[in-house]
Amino acid sequence: MGVKLYGHPMSSCTVRVMACLYEKGVEFELVPVNMFAGEQKMPDFLAKNPFGKIPVLEDGDLTIFESRAITEYISKKYHAPATDDLLRSDSPEESIAVRVWVEVESHHFQPAMSPIIFQHFVAPLQGKAPDQAIIDDHLAKLAGVLDVYEARLGKTKYLAGDFFSLADLHHFPYMFYLMKTPWAAAVTDRPRVKAWWEGMCGREAFKKVAEGMKFEK
Amino acid sequence: MVVKVYGPDYASPKRALVCLLEKGVEFETVGVDLLKGEHKAPEYLKLQPFGSLPVVQDGDYTLFESRAIIRYYAEKYKDQGTELLGKTIEERGLVEQWLEVEAHNFHPPIYDLVLKIVFGPFIGLTPDPKQLKESEDKLCQVLDIYEERLSKSKYLAGDFFSLADLSHLPFTQYLVGKIGKEYLIRDRKHVSGWWDDISSRPSWKKVLELWPGLY
Repeated sequence: MGVKLYGHPMSSCTVRVMACLYEKGVEFELVPVNMFAGEQKMPDFLAKNPFGKIPVLEDGDLTIFESRAITEYISKKYHAPATDDLLRSDSPEESIAVRVWVEVESHHFQPAMSPIIFQHFVAPLQGKAPDQAIIDDHLAKLAGVLDVYEARLGKTKYLAGDFFSLADLHHFPYMFYLMKTPWAAAVTDRPRVKAWWEGMCGREAFKKVAEGMKFEK
Repeated sequence: MVVKVYGPDYASPKRALVCLLEKGVEFETVGVDLLKGEHKAPEYLKLQPFGSLPVVQDGDYTLFESRAIIRYYAEKYKDQGTELLGKTIEERGLVEQWLEVEAHNFHPPIYDLVLKIVFGPFIGLTPDPKQLKESEDKLCQVLDIYEERLSKSKYLAGDFFSLADLSHLPFTQYLVGKIGKEYLIRDRKHVSGWWDDISSRPSWKKVLELWPGLY
């Protein structure tokens, strides 16, 4: 029985997990969940994730939800010796930095980004006009966060250090979508953030995931 | 050199305090007065560029984000004190899952209630009753899921206490105290039993005794 990932290839949280699975070379089956038909709120799915959200990973007897818990699990379970550890567990200094910047993405970057992405991409699909006040408010918050990133990336090549880690990987889905909005200048106006992003786009795992990321009904 | 935890009077730093106590790690605390804006002072921003609490200094290392801090110390001191991460990679996966649930589902509505009801008077904020009701309703939806989960499992990640339960202590303490919404816990039999269990741990009682803050 292989690894199954329940989700959708355009959903940012599913993408976060897929990027990690590709980075670690883990074979998996993507089981589509029809969000527009509300499949995630049906009893069969709620039995896997009572919060009714994608993604959910099934690996043998383990069922696990919350994308950043799944990526942490994959990074540990499927880490092969002599390959790059996304968690940098062998070095206290590096692993501290990974943990800190994973939380930064979770508690500073995502809350600024997710309403922007929702208003710009998802609201129209639900027949609603984007709320510009919400977008503007969150663009201001995002600017504050990206200023911190610009300063940080002046000292290190990636967020946690001079090594790619889970902290960088977690940013992929929202950064990808941000670059497709009218506000990509938030990135391109910051040379180090821009270079960091462009470097990540060249990764094979990211190229694979990007193929499925289109907002279409 | 002893571990230093900044901001013990507030809720998020208490995650670090209770974790260090559970692991039997010595530490000191450094006061930071939020109401005086000390978290936005240049010296503090050098430690924590987002101006949030807590910060932990441990020798040459500076750590911030409370859930990064508790994960780090739970791993570093895995062989001493209370086991907080489960015993296997799979159990760790479930600990991470419920810690993420706390962070993304439980925390936002309870933080909103704490900010507006407990800190509102100090920062000249008059809470909008409609928004408070929305936050309370969101919190109820989460607690209903917890009630179901805790009817099958003694603690959130399984039949073992973990970081996932610990992470709920600081803000839930406000809920049963100053916010005046203890009924949200007591109306749910299994959540109520779980709360009594985790909040009566000696580590949490010590935190409340030494750093009562605004509780």
